[in-house]
Amino acid sequence: MSQRFIQQPLGPPAPTLAPTQPVSLHINGQAHTLYIAPWTTLLDALREYLDLTGTKKGCDHGQCGACTVLVDGKRINSCLSLAITHEDSRIQTIEGLGTEDKLSPLQQAFIDHDAFQCGYCTPGQICSAQGLINEGKAKTEAEVRELMSGNVCRCGAYPNILSAVMEVLHNEGLIMEDKAWSAGATEPEIAPVEPPKK
Amino acid sequence: MNTFTFSQATGVAAAVQDNAAHDGAAYLGGGTNLIDLMKENVARPTHLIGLKKLGLDAIENLPDGGLRLGALATNADTAYHPEVEKRYPLLNQAILAGASPQLRNMATDGGNLMQRTRCYYFYDLATPCNKREPGSGCSAIGGYTRVHAILGASEHCIATHPSDMCVALAALDTTVRVSGPNGERTIKFEDFHRLPGDQPERDNTLEPGELITGLDLPAKGFEKNFSYLKLRDRTSYAFALVSVAAALELDGNTIKDARLALGGVAHKPWRDKEAEALLIGQPATADTFRAAAAKVLTGAKGQGTNNFKIELAKRAIVRALKQATEMNQALDANAFQNSNP
Repeated sequence: MSQRFIQQPLGPPAPTLAPTQPVSLHINGQAHTLYIAPWTTLLDALREYLDLTGTKKGCDHGQCGACTVLVDGKRINSCLSLAITHEDSRIQTIEGLGTEDKLSPLQQAFIDHDAFQCGYCTPGQICSAQGLINEGKAKTEAEVRELMSGNVCRCGAYPNILSAVMEVLHNEGLIMEDKAWSAGATEPEIAPVEPPKK
Repeated sequence: MNTFTFSQATGVAAAVQDNAAHDGAAYLGGGTNLIDLMKENVARPTHLIGLKKLGLDAIENLPDGGLRLGALATNADTAYHPEVEKRYPLLNQAILAGASPQLRNMATDGGNLMQRTRCYYFYDLATPCNKREPGSGCSAIGGYTRVHAILGASEHCIATHPSDMCVALAALDTTVRVSGPNGERTIKFEDFHRLPGDQPERDNTLEPGELITGLDLPAKGFEKNFSYLKLRDRTSYAFALVSVAAALELDGNTIKDARLALGGVAHKPWRDKEAEALLIGQPATADTFRAAAAKVLTGAKGQGTNNFKIELAKRAIVRALKQATEMNQALDANAFQNSNP
């Protein structure tokens, strides 16, 4: 004998949908109007509403830098910024830096230098490095390290990220260092491990 | 995050009015601390007032030779402003010692003063905290206290103010300009932040609804002899365990004027004018610096896991004053032997 169970409500009915308002954003050269709640961060607007998932959500608290995007050419943490406050800004994400056919110099350098392992922090690293180049304050290795400290790489690809950024700074004539930064030009600091002999 | 309404203010008066019209309203500057606190449910404003369009982002020379920092100028634009780099390099150093480039691009100068403690227990809703919930108790006392106060704490709160920028602003005798329901007024920097006492929920002396509009730096920037020394658990992008803003005006080897303020050690940037008085008129030697350091830490009280900060602070003061002195002076090579006690 079949029984029909009628599900009783488990709790109070769901509240009304969050109030949304139109927010106009200018992203990678394109204008968009989104209907979003005021508490939507720029990061969530990019990922959840525009499908621009290159920008990553790491810590969501401004500590890891995975969400770094460029706003009017300046790097910021999109996780700590409300989308609604960026109506007059020009936003650039990793998707807007280059195309698959024509990578930006930084994107190419990250590949050439093997500057990532899992790749999760990479869009943030590249956007941050682009911001660093735009700022024009870093002239030395030590300064690049310091001014890239807002981007954490848990795989520990820092030496290769550093050499990728240094190469681009060098190629664009932004630093004058004798050291050659092209991929493979520097000796690895740690000797490769010999396979065990049988 | 709780739900809230948002409005973009178009002028200071409109922002203050909007604030008065909404219970539970808060001003939104760069958001680097407020949005984070909202995500943690530590802050739950019901109405946010955006300040971006107020136009208070200029950095301008004042007729008296000083410099006015608009409250909405970003920390990055302030640090790298040519007048700040040239005339107030101590402020440049302090700002660049804090946060990350991304955060400095967002964070505003007014907001830097308004940021709240990074006490772990303040952030942890599962633990009592008098600052978050007055009267509930202090979980830091008897807890893990590496980032907590050694000076000026109370039985109700041992939190520290986390700013680097504010330590330099305290040393430089900044004036805070505010606007509120009762008009405009100025607050001396030393009176802006407060000690916890029995009201640790109050970080500063702003009245309800008041908005910071600017920071006025006096003409004297101590650009020749200064140091911002920050000691922390990693070399970049970490809050200070102890930081020292030291600024000297030297006549030969004699100290004509001195400023000394510490960060990471108290509920407010800890400026010590009595220690400054011990420096003024004295030769710039390690003995002089040690005497000033001893004065600053008189009455310091460790909380257990932060006891090390008392000795660390003393040594940091001596080192910062030495760095400030040595910037452009060839000193007697023996003057600083054994300068680290």
